[in-house]
Amino acid sequence: MEIKDKIVPLLQEQFPETNFEVTDFRGDLKIKFDASLIVPVGNFLKQHDELKFNMCEDVTAVDWATKKKRFTIIYHIYSLENKFRLRLACDVEENHPHIESVVPVWKSANWYERETYDMYGIKFDNHPDLRRMYMPEEYEYYPLRKEYPLMGIPGDLTLPKK
Amino acid sequence: MGLEAKLMSDGFLTTTIDALVGWARESSVWPMPMGISCCGIEMMAVAGPKYDIARFGSEVMRFTPRQCDVMLVAGTVTYKMSHVVKKIYDQMPDPKWVIAMGVCTSTGGMYRSYSVVQGIDHFLPVDIYLAGCPPRPDNLLNALMLIQDKIKNTKAREFQNIPLLEPVKVNGN
Ligand code: SF4
Repeated sequence: MEIKDKIVPLLQEQFPETNFEVTDFRGDLKIKFDASLIVPVGNFLKQHDELKFNMCEDVTAVDWATKKKRFTIIYHIYSLENKFRLRLACDVEENHPHIESVVPVWKSANWYERETYDMYGIKFDNHPDLRRMYMPEEYEYYPLRKEYPLMGIPGDLTLPKK
Repeated sequence: MGLEAKLMSDGFLTTTIDALVGWARESSVWPMPMGISCCGIEMMAVAGPKYDIARFGSEVMRFTPRQCDVMLVAGTVTYKMSHVVKKIYDQMPDPKWVIAMGVCTSTGGMYRSYSVVQGIDHFLPVDIYLAGCPPRPDNLLNALMLIQDKIKNTKAREFQNIPLLEPVKVNGN
């Protein structure tokens, strides 16, 4: 049995109450579930003897602009043992978008979550150091949100005096 | 004919202070390499043996602004970086020149976005704009030669922003 077919049954067995939405697109597996479960699910995927998803490659988000659950947070994780890549997705609300930080599970998520916070304004609860990554710290906007204009808001970033 | 050859044959030369100082200055333009992104790679190629910036007396890349004459801003300047660039520029001793290398630095280039300064002339006085993405190394050498021309044709006192005096009339002549 391939690793790909094992993941979902194992997850369902561990979290019987949860609804896992599975998408398989050209061999890439995506699993979508409730945002409150990200840490236990992540921890399970990492610690399980067979799955061993021990590497977090990226954390990012999607802004759907019109949906009620406006943002989808995406985690790319990789199992070095099985050479298999998996995508986790969780929807969050527009008002006060927040999700539990996965830094206790994968340390590498630290800066990825900071970047996602910087660009989308999603708060990662219990993150050890949630500061902006690229933009100046006192910056007020979140540039990758859909309502943010491409050329920025005039006067929001300062230039040195001539 | 080089300077040495002239001094060898005649043992003296006549010149003006401006020409002499200009000649000395133009042949020792020390660059401050601000290789901020991909253009920096072409800048490094200029320093390498194939293009050899040493032919122009500019091989002394100083990574301290206090010993530099010309600042090569090579790469995309973001708003966050602009403060750093300006700070380094301010530390360079006068007289100083700036080369904006590449379209990013000159106009923002393809980065028409919220984070990139749309041309460093918004906060720096630029002497030469260099086209290309990235400009070829020979193009940078061309810019350096233009800077040298500029230096050569600047009177020594103009470096200090002292206005030239009117010629004094003696005995009404
Ligand atoms: S002009 Fe082109 S090569 Fe130079 S920094 Fe911009 S993108 Fe890079």
